[in-house]
Amino acid sequence: MFCFPVETVFPLEKTLFPRDHARFIRSRLCTWRDVISAHSFNQPFDLKPASTLSFSKLGCNRGGRQLFQNVDCVLEAGRWLYVAGANGVGKTSLLRMVCGLAPIEAGDILWNGTPIHAQADAYRQDLCYLGHLNALQESMTVQENLVFTAALGGLAPDAAQTRAVLKQFGVPGREHQLVRHLSQGQKRRVALSRLALSPARLWVLDEPFVAMDEAGVRMLADLIAAHLTQGGLAVLTSHQQVDIGTIPAQMLELRA
Amino acid sequence: MKTLGLGSVLLAVLRREVSLALRQKGEVLTPLVFFVVIASLFPLGVGPESALLQRMAPGVLWVSALLAAMLSLQRLFATDYADGSLEQMALSSTPLGLLVVAKAISHFLLSGLPLVLMAPVLGLQFGLDGRALGLLMLTLLLGTPTLSLIGSIGAALTLGVRGAGVLLSLLILPLYIPVLIFGAGAVESDAAGMGAGGHLSLLAAMLVLSIFFAPIATTTALRISLE
Amino acid sequence: MKTSDIHWFKFSSPPNFYWLAGRMWPWFATLAATLTLIGLWIAFFVAPIDAQQGQGYRIIFVHVPASQMAMFIYLVMAAWAGFGLAFNTRLSGMMASALAPTGALFAFLSLLTGALWGKPMWGTWWVWDARLTSTLILLFLYLGFLALQSSIDDARRADKACAVLALVGVVNVPIIYFSVNWWNTLHQGASVSLSKSPSMAAPMLWGMLIMVVAFWMYTIAVTLARVRTIILDRERHTEWVKNAVE
Repeated sequence: MFCFPVETVFPLEKTLFPRDHARFIRSRLCTWRDVISAHSFNQPFDLKPASTLSFSKLGCNRGGRQLFQNVDCVLEAGRWLYVAGANGVGKTSLLRMVCGLAPIEAGDILWNGTPIHAQADAYRQDLCYLGHLNALQESMTVQENLVFTAALGGLAPDAAQTRAVLKQFGVPGREHQLVRHLSQGQKRRVALSRLALSPARLWVLDEPFVAMDEAGVRMLADLIAAHLTQGGLAVLTSHQQVDIGTIPAQMLELRA
Repeated sequence: MKTLGLGSVLLAVLRREVSLALRQKGEVLTPLVFFVVIASLFPLGVGPESALLQRMAPGVLWVSALLAAMLSLQRLFATDYADGSLEQMALSSTPLGLLVVAKAISHFLLSGLPLVLMAPVLGLQFGLDGRALGLLMLTLLLGTPTLSLIGSIGAALTLGVRGAGVLLSLLILPLYIPVLIFGAGAVESDAAGMGAGGHLSLLAAMLVLSIFFAPIATTTALRISLE
Repeated sequence: MKTSDIHWFKFSSPPNFYWLAGRMWPWFATLAATLTLIGLWIAFFVAPIDAQQGQGYRIIFVHVPASQMAMFIYLVMAAWAGFGLAFNTRLSGMMASALAPTGALFAFLSLLTGALWGKPMWGTWWVWDARLTSTLILLFLYLGFLALQSSIDDARRADKACAVLALVGVVNVPIIYFSVNWWNTLHQGASVSLSKSPSMAAPMLWGMLIMVVAFWMYTIAVTLARVRTIILDRERHTEWVKNAVE
């Protein structure tokens, strides 16, 4: 798709504006190179500069009601944001706005200083979202689900890697079982195991500790702590008080 | 972990759709049976006179194919939307347009292609000769991908909406009319001796236009539905 | 006052537009009524009897303007919808929703008058004429728009989804018209055709033009009135609505 030479596409430019042609071609090549490199997913964490996520006067309006307004926050690399608030105050809406799924009616969300809607593709590469739904196809096996989700992110884990990840998340030996035969908690663990296979810097997790037993909660907390120490960021909502390693939470209390 | 190019991602989506459909064969076969049933209803309604049936055949078979293709459209995004996979697809680093094209291709392979293969059998029921059958297959082959692409727009717009099935039909059928006119018209025009070249070219042109523009509309509609 | 002094975007906020629409629509309604009376007077008393069709052809003064309006309103509706989608303004979506019922009405009126024309002229209530068939398909597009609007609960999401639908429709309308034309000429030989109007004498042309403008004024008046209701409904949680309604 990106292979045909640029000159065949813009020959008219060359004849009309020869002086600007070189500059024009160079700018086009840069754009295309960026597009191609945006799809080469395998850049390791440490080579990228430290990231920040910030909210600037963020407001949310759902069904005619003003849920929250003028929310400001800055989250640095290696820290996690704990979004707290009563039921219905807009925590899930906020997380969906961070992901770019919900439109931002008031204010801005900035990733590395740029608004997220201005860098949609690059932002999505750095993002891993886990909502209330597990995003697992019931009629497919666990292995197939994990391989597909990784493929969407442009990666192809081999069988050994998926086995290791499943073992880490406490569902060992289940690769070839259909998802519909797993229990609720096991499905949640498989859904969470996507985090281990994802190269994203920003993890947005909506109530990840629901349906997890104590061992699971500890395991997930350790995983998030490891991610944060590597320079990642996390945004969490939870009704339980959880310690993420020794890293203190940055609190964001949403009030109507 | 090795990285995947965009082509491999497209293949992965195709493979997933096809394997899902093969595990739920009923969902794939029902529209096909629906096609056969509807096409068989028309002779029951108008009488078995062969000259009339022969004249009616291209139109009837095309309308039946339209309706059958539309039945299977509801499945296109609905299951992924319900279990959250569509959200993950929208949030992945793969462009959503590519995923939409992959889904449309899989819809064509799973519902359009069986219709194309089934049509000659039904055409024989209506008394069409070999040349007309071949032309009918060709028009359906060119037309059903267009139906999948345009239909994906409607499927994306009616995600999670009350009465999605019937609403989808109301939205999409007016947009299908040009494909219907030229598809059925090609066979009739050829039978009248005027040649089907123009019709086929227009069908191909509509296919190319929908490949370029339908994914844009579908991605916009999907992002709106995911809000 | 220079053009640059007028704050054009002042009226893109619902409360200001509500006030403006309230001031404007009576004027348009009066214009519409006056022009309709003039147009109908020309239609019934000034335009001569047609050689082929006698008195019955006079319905053309309603049929042709109605079908033109149905088409035109769809374009305007799609333009507003596209505006709303591109600039994320609330009011554009409301204008598109306000235009849709009037457009559907004109499409239906065109079909009805076409049928009423066809019966005395050619003995059938319906003729598969290119224009009538295209207007029928246009009516389906309008009905689809209205159906989608009413089936999505969240008003903003409904506006955006209908905007996508309207834009897809507007791209398809020329394709549909062209293919219906082709279909019609291929099958019918164009012997029975409402598109073949009698040759136009000057008073007939004037009459039709006045009726078109009259329908335009009616559309604007009705749309402004309707958009006021839509604004009140959508913004009912805000302070200014509570004050305005009291």
